[in-house]
Amino acid sequence: MNWLSQNLHIVGALLVDHLVLSIVPIALAILVSVPLGWLAARYRRARTPLLTGTGLLYAIPSLPLFIIVAPLIGVPVRSPVTIVVALTLYGVALLVRGAADAFGSVPRETMLAADAMGHAAWARFWRVELPLAGPVLLSSLRVVVVSTVSLVTVGAVVGASSLGTLFTDGFQRGIEASILTGLVLTVVVAFALDAIVVLAGRLAMPWRRAVAT
Amino acid sequence: MIEFASVRKEYPGGSVAVEDFSLTIPSHAVAVLVGSSGCGKTTLLRMVNRMVDPSSGTVSIDGVDVRSMDPVKLRRSIGYVLQAGGLLPHRTIADNVATVPVLEGRSRRQARKDALGLLERVGLDTALADRYPAQLSGGQQQRVGVARALAADPNILLMDEPFGAVDPIVRDQLQTEMRSLQAELGKTIVFVTHDIDEAFALGDEVLVLRKGAEIAQRGTPAEILANPADEFVASFVGAGSARRTLRIREVGGRSVVVDGDDRPTGVLAR
Repeated sequence: MNWLSQNLHIVGALLVDHLVLSIVPIALAILVSVPLGWLAARYRRARTPLLTGTGLLYAIPSLPLFIIVAPLIGVPVRSPVTIVVALTLYGVALLVRGAADAFGSVPRETMLAADAMGHAAWARFWRVELPLAGPVLLSSLRVVVVSTVSLVTVGAVVGASSLGTLFTDGFQRGIEASILTGLVLTVVVAFALDAIVVLAGRLAMPWRRAVAT
Repeated sequence: MIEFASVRKEYPGGSVAVEDFSLTIPSHAVAVLVGSSGCGKTTLLRMVNRMVDPSSGTVSIDGVDVRSMDPVKLRRSIGYVLQAGGLLPHRTIADNVATVPVLEGRSRRQARKDALGLLERVGLDTALADRYPAQLSGGQQQRVGVARALAADPNILLMDEPFGAVDPIVRDQLQTEMRSLQAELGKTIVFVTHDIDEAFALGDEVLVLRKGAEIAQRGTPAEILANPADEFVASFVGAGSARRTLRIREVGGRSVVVDGDDRPTGVLAR
């Protein structure tokens, strides 16, 4: 506790770094995966290459990925951009399949009804397909959120600062309180972001509760 | 007026849904396409709003080939009712009814207000406006489906087995109400069903279809009942069955109508 009170400002700064390094790749992964998942669900030929291709990304171990990504995009390994790009790739690996399943779960008759009423393709996507894909999409998003928050800590090994820095630093200098603080806060961040996603889902999908009761 | 001129629909792979179909449906009339599943009746219906384009032949509305129209605009100008209403499960009843006016750019507020009037018109309590489709009974959902189809005040209504998913009592009720609604509104309606009784209950003109959407017989319900064109039509309408062969028996000075099994079905009006 003593260690924590003395290092509060450092821990605070690392917490903010950690949040940024989690939220940005999660948001980017959603932006990339939703259209890819939609394509995989609607075009049978696109399905296998998309799902296999993105799924394989997850097989790349994270440490080498950080090291490969950096020269590819021309930034230093320890740059936050490296972490963001690498974690976005992992997010996409998990989320494309979930998004494909989500769009696949939208009932055909409902899409037919939407067409029959005169939704143009764009209107159908925003007003019908995306909301109805919401519940399934949300459950894969929750996995991505928790996994990303946890993977951010690996970045500390290559020098990108996050709550993971508290492990690497604490380990090298033998400060148990530092390791413990990093661990607990990482779990708290994961829980908190997960809770926000669940709550946002409830607000965005009021029909789910109305029907359940 | 809706006109089908020698339309044919062949799917890639060679299966033919519609062989060669021609028909003119006059304005304000109810034409019922009746036939077993897979006879091509739904395909014909979907040609009217371009959900399906014919492989050859043309469909025109008031003399204009539908292929020259933008499909999205065309669909918004035509009411479409599907089985179980085809309601959007994530939208409230009022929002479902307001769908087309909102797509057309009407303010959501005004469209929802109009929706309440439409709900009353189809016999629904406006207290249901903020519920979701899954919270309504099958019959109620069906009424919402009709209200939604009427929302943009279309001249044409396409109805694809709209009452197929509700129980017989509710179906009778919905059919009766649809007749009185139609007497008031005078839309041009194309109605698809596999239920011959429903066809006779609603159609000004009934078309009995065989596979490939070949017209086995076309006429008023009375004409078809009186003179079925062939064996196929006779068996489809149940001509000769006990329920269709009625006789009159005098009972206590009144003429009672009995069916082929001698079961009374009604009394002749004096």
